[in-house]
Amino acid sequence: MAELDTSSGGGKKGGGKVRTKKANTKVDLTAMVDLAFLLITFFMLTTSLSKPMAMDIAKPDKDAEDENKLELRASQTMTILLGKNNKVAWYMGEAGKSQPNIEGFAEVRKSILENKKKVADFYNNDPKKTLVVVIKPTSGATYKNFVDIMDELNITKITAAPAIDDENILDSEASFMKENGIL
Amino acid sequence: MPRAKVKRNSTSIDMTAMCDVSFLLLTFFILTATARQPDPLDISIPSSTYKIPVPDIDIAKLTIGHGKVFYEVVGKDVKMATLDKMSEQYKISFTPEERQRFGVISSFGVPIQSLKQFIALPDETARTASPLQTGIPTDSLNNQLSDWILNSRKAVAELHSTPMRISIKGDAEEEYPTVKKIVDILQKQKINKFSLITSAEGGEN
Repeated sequence: MAELDTSSGGGKKGGGKVRTKKANTKVDLTAMVDLAFLLITFFMLTTSLSKPMAMDIAKPDKDAEDENKLELRASQTMTILLGKNNKVAWYMGEAGKSQPNIEGFAEVRKSILENKKKVADFYNNDPKKTLVVVIKPTSGATYKNFVDIMDELNITKITAAPAIDDENILDSEASFMKENGIL
Repeated sequence: MPRAKVKRNSTSIDMTAMCDVSFLLLTFFILTATARQPDPLDISIPSSTYKIPVPDIDIAKLTIGHGKVFYEVVGKDVKMATLDKMSEQYKISFTPEERQRFGVISSFGVPIQSLKQFIALPDETARTASPLQTGIPTDSLNNQLSDWILNSRKAVAELHSTPMRISIKGDAEEEYPTVKKIVDILQKQKINKFSLITSAEGGEN
């Protein structure tokens, strides 16, 4: 059906009757098929890619009663402060007792994993006493930094729910970050 | 003696069947594809490794970028019900035609006082380019965003009897305090759980 009309002009055999030329009803479908496949490819690719992904975030209730507050052991707490210029400062335990480390986002995953292992070793792999991460985004951080750090926690499989605390940036934390130019 | 003709095989193939199949597939993909809503705000969303798809219904989308907030609640019926509640609250009446038109507008960022003008704009392109889109007011004295969210939550609860989910679509370069301001508005309404929309790592948005 779909073929090119290769015959040369409808059979002109010398000196015969002049026949009424029959119009060829066959259409060349090549271009149409080309187009159809192009569109198929386009729609196939867009349907699978356009689905946005969601990251579920739960923040602590602000008006929660004080007795619901969870006490955390200093030895299993890692606080990550998000500063500007895509830098983070992190420390283990209580603020001011240990010098925070300043790192970029590329290195923080390693630190989280190291601390996770340290805590697990310290508590002899007690599943109830794993590393708890407190995230403190400061005013210098961008939204991307926040998403990235939550993603790092997902990658490093920190099972304890992370505490997101953007209210209580301690003075010692703020001054340390200012000194190092990341706030 | 007549010349022996070499019979030439036709190189063309019958493409009817191929054409049929390809158009069938094309129709299928066109029908199943959900058109990507154009973003009124020019933002790039951050990527993550999370692989939880965003639900399609009963969800509100907050778009944050360049210090502005745009709002959209999914579903024509919910949109219209939300508008009814807002018009009641702000004493601005909308005609049934304006109501219908609002039902198909995607994300918007206009104060409710200029919403009438905004609805009257002819099409999506005009709305995207409109200078009316200054973002939804969020300051404490004139917190329209909070009212939009509260009213759409009520609308979703009444129409579909499910709680509404909130998703936040933020520009990667947005300063954290801007995001925090919006999150604080949500937390005032006791919404402590929400989804951050991200693109799949490695893929494009």
